[in-house]
Amino acid sequence: MLERALTGSGRYWRWILFLLAIIGVGFLVYLRQFKVGLGITGMSRDVSWGLYIGQFTFLVGVAASAVMLVLPYYLHNHKVFGKITILGEFLAVASVVMCMLFIFVDMGQPMRVMNVILHPTPNSVMFWDAVVLSGYLLLNIVVGWTILGAESKGVAPQKWVKPVIILSIIWAPSIHTVTAFLYSGLPGRHFWLSAVMAARFLASAFSAGPALLIILCLILRKTTKFDAGREAIQSLGKIVTYFMITNVFLLGLEVFTAFYSNIPGHMHPFQYLFAGIEGHGKLVPLMWASGLFAVVSVIMLVIPSVRAKEGALAFASALVFLSLWIDKGFGLIVGGFVPNPFEKVTEYWPTWPEVIITLAVWAVGFLVLTVLYKVAVSVKEEVA
Amino acid sequence: MSMDRRQFIKIAGISTVLGFGGTLGLSKLKDSWASEMLQSPEALNAKHWAMVIDVKKLTSEEHYDKAISACHRAHNVPNIGNPKEEVKWLWKETYEHAFPGMEQEYMPEGIKHKPFLLLCNHCENPPCVRVCPTKATFKRESDGIVMQDMHRCIGCRFCMAACPFGARSFNWRDPRPFIKEQDENKEFPTRTKGVVEKCTFCYERLAKGEMPACVEAVKDTKALVFGDLSDPNSEVRKILSTHYSIRRKPELGTQPSVYYLIGGEENA
Repeated sequence: MLERALTGSGRYWRWILFLLAIIGVGFLVYLRQFKVGLGITGMSRDVSWGLYIGQFTFLVGVAASAVMLVLPYYLHNHKVFGKITILGEFLAVASVVMCMLFIFVDMGQPMRVMNVILHPTPNSVMFWDAVVLSGYLLLNIVVGWTILGAESKGVAPQKWVKPVIILSIIWAPSIHTVTAFLYSGLPGRHFWLSAVMAARFLASAFSAGPALLIILCLILRKTTKFDAGREAIQSLGKIVTYFMITNVFLLGLEVFTAFYSNIPGHMHPFQYLFAGIEGHGKLVPLMWASGLFAVVSVIMLVIPSVRAKEGALAFASALVFLSLWIDKGFGLIVGGFVPNPFEKVTEYWPTWPEVIITLAVWAVGFLVLTVLYKVAVSVKEEVA
Repeated sequence: MSMDRRQFIKIAGISTVLGFGGTLGLSKLKDSWASEMLQSPEALNAKHWAMVIDVKKLTSEEHYDKAISACHRAHNVPNIGNPKEEVKWLWKETYEHAFPGMEQEYMPEGIKHKPFLLLCNHCENPPCVRVCPTKATFKRESDGIVMQDMHRCIGCRFCMAACPFGARSFNWRDPRPFIKEQDENKEFPTRTKGVVEKCTFCYERLAKGEMPACVEAVKDTKALVFGDLSDPNSEVRKILSTHYSIRRKPELGTQPSVYYLIGGEENA
């Protein structure tokens, strides 16, 4: 089936070449990081995780969101998702690949990555994160590929796929729950030490992922003969609406707990992120932009007549995606480290090499996504 | 480990080139490994090593400098100069930053501005050990020291996020250019980039029957007392049962093994 990715229009190949160029530049910059060390990033003794781990955290959510298509289709027989479950599954594959690459580029000694498997450590959440992520990657490749294969041959999918799909539905929340546990179980990091962290992660995942899918469906409609259908896109819009509201609500719970309790350690990260501390406030404009995008998108999404317009829905989806990207891909990680355990402020801002490597990993993700979508769309075009 | 792979290859290589048939190299290797493999008779043993720092006995800047430089020289801790990439095992911090939340406006001036010596707390329930995905950070069951295997570490820095005491340093670059050659301790491995490191209560000195380098450096002040917390007759236990002491962030339940005496004897 993969051969379908080798034939395409000029535009398809220009897009592939564009991604390859970014990947190439990023790879060269990575070689530099490999040689010099992580000192070429903006991270420090005090903010020891940054953009890389933020992207990983955000993309785990995008990966988990595939379940928002698979579950309604297989458990509730929501037929309109039939055409696009494959898009969700392949988006999950691309996202998990990016997650793994972001962890890899963040490692101080990448040559020792196998130590995680050679010395399995059940008391470390990171071990379980590796387990659930690789499991989820495998499940989505197997399910997506098998069903698409059956579709291209015009036969019904094999019977054994159904239990695997059910497993993938149960598995999806685990990847984001375990990732939340990476943060929420740490003493002394007040910003992360919250029982709603996993719930917040799932809410933001189930809004950011489907928001991206809406945009991807609209792009596919414009660039290919594949149309997800108005109904499917509107269904996704409702999912984004529910979960974005839940996400904002959960964030509100965190703010209430921190400020009504009046405990300094719990208030400080919010103060740093949204107001700045002692003149340090590099993230303040970003965090307010995230808040503004969230409010505007929720208002747009809750009004049925606005949501019904595809242009407006796409715009609101982009705002949701951006808002959550800032909140989870950046603010959440940095806010956990600032102020540091000594109640001092060391600021973080990514460096150019760090940004280029990050872009290159995203480009790898888009390359995987493009190739997989090309295969899926070609099969669907042939069958149709 | 008192000899790393680089040193092994160096010694083995040099002895071969010089035609000693490896005997010189081998005997040197044997000496250094013997202390690892077999416990030397003079090794200091304890079930739970702990340190008491009597802050009021550290009266001059010189005391702090002596302790810190003894530690950093003994362990080839690089002097990078940039606080963002800083590597430190033993350092000074003011009371309000060492004990956040425990400061108040009206506390004695002498304590408010007094530097406190900070180091890895060798917690009884170390969060860094709990989170490490490769067992590069582990607690020695025999004596409670929280160890760091710098050959095992993958540099994920999970332990840095988990440590509530900021006790861990990461090698953001190759530290070797930042170690002055005349200061280098050839007995202790220098690190590579990309690994985490921290104070290890001088396990390598204890094995030879020596007290930790910082304790040794300010011996005359008696400000740093090191001993076995599980032994009721040890000096640390005697001090702790007769003086009021504090630990950093006790509310987190990590149970630090470093105790501070902050004075206040006039009213005690």
